[in-house]
Amino acid sequence: MIPGAFEYHRPKTLVDAVTMLASLGEDARPLAGGHSLIPLMKQRLSAPSHLIDLAGIGDLRTISEENGALVLGAMVTQRALLASALVQVKAPLLIEAAQQIADPQIRALGTLGGNVANGDPGNDMPAVMMCLDASYVAQGPKGMRHIKARDFYHGAYDTALAAGEILTAIHVPIVAGQGTAYEKLKRKIGDYAVAAAAVVLTMANGKVATCSIGLTNVAPTPLWAKDAAAMLVGTTLDAGSVKKAVAAAEAITDPASDGRGPPDYRRKMAGIMLTRALARAASRAA
Amino acid sequence: MAKINVTMTVNGEEVSGLAEPRTLLVHFIRETLNLTGTHIGCETSHCGACTIDLDGVSVKSCTRFAVQAEGSHIRTIEGIAHADGTLHQLQESFRQMHGLQCGYCTPGMILRAWRLLQENPRPSEDEIRHGISGNLCRCTGYQNIVKSIQHAAAALNGETFAEAAQ
Repeated sequence: MIPGAFEYHRPKTLVDAVTMLASLGEDARPLAGGHSLIPLMKQRLSAPSHLIDLAGIGDLRTISEENGALVLGAMVTQRALLASALVQVKAPLLIEAAQQIADPQIRALGTLGGNVANGDPGNDMPAVMMCLDASYVAQGPKGMRHIKARDFYHGAYDTALAAGEILTAIHVPIVAGQGTAYEKLKRKIGDYAVAAAAVVLTMANGKVATCSIGLTNVAPTPLWAKDAAAMLVGTTLDAGSVKKAVAAAEAITDPASDGRGPPDYRRKMAGIMLTRALARAASRAA
Repeated sequence: MAKINVTMTVNGEEVSGLAEPRTLLVHFIRETLNLTGTHIGCETSHCGACTIDLDGVSVKSCTRFAVQAEGSHIRTIEGIAHADGTLHQLQESFRQMHGLQCGYCTPGMILRAWRLLQENPRPSEDEIRHGISGNLCRCTGYQNIVKSIQHAAAALNGETFAEAAQ
């Protein structure tokens, strides 16, 4: 399990990294925590000629609050995220999701930016980011742009990131009074989800005022179940309404058949995870 | 591909060696530094046999390139015992509590437990189980590994752990 040969670069600034990525062309890949890319390289499913290690760029590791949003640097590790008091208070859904990613060693190196930018449908953060209406900051040769998580995922490992662009930060809107939950079914610790569901909702007078739903690993991309969420607004989350919304969410899934089970099973599990996440999010809403 | 000179501090000693960029850190540790206590199990970042301590966190050295560790501080199983050769409490507890059978996973288990006890000197059984969830053992069923870590934590805190090995 030896990766193909490549040249290693470790720029000190983002500008240098972007310039390098542009000049080295399509055979160059940015390297963050490496916990998706290095396994792919070992299996020779990926064989970049150049790796641009982002570890030397200090300002990609910051966590801050700016203009009502949590701003997370792309190189923030899952471990650093879990240790952040700011994130615990402002976006507990991220904490709940990060706790369920892989194991302690992998969380120590795996980054938020790598998790969302790689486009692996098994990763947990993409559906969570879609659910939270997060946006990604991409820095490329033509400058900086923001891309909504909900517009980012085109297919398995196929994202809106253009050639030469590096995802540098994630903006998560902070909304008071939200109840959130991430429910993940997995065969064992460290495994990708059989199915998982993220829910963010607010309640007013016992009824759902706003609702957003994300689904993990039940399609070639993470899913934002917009219609299912809309069906719940104005309801008390009574059993009948939940059942209808869950059916609508299941209907947009297209799970792969693999060691985690056949498609019909995984579709049903997505529904179960969603049912549980809705109940738990409602119990947490202010 | 041209080799790069990599320098790091391993078990308190500054060492350097040549590595191709694609050389995995675990291979560099085992084959260039000749520290073969760090084991290679699955090579796919699942089993944790290659766990080392890198800049204050437990990591799987099969999923890191040696060149990424330039300037890092690393500890391996060879750096766990005391300078006079007596065993570290964790090693002693694994011995007393039968925390190993074939022993293949043990260096990774001990390195992970070593960091865990620094992060959390009084872990509950549940915290230990979650703490070592990235380390697989195919012999013990984990019971005595968990007890070994409980035993070591108690001893390091000057307390006694009453349960016996199973």
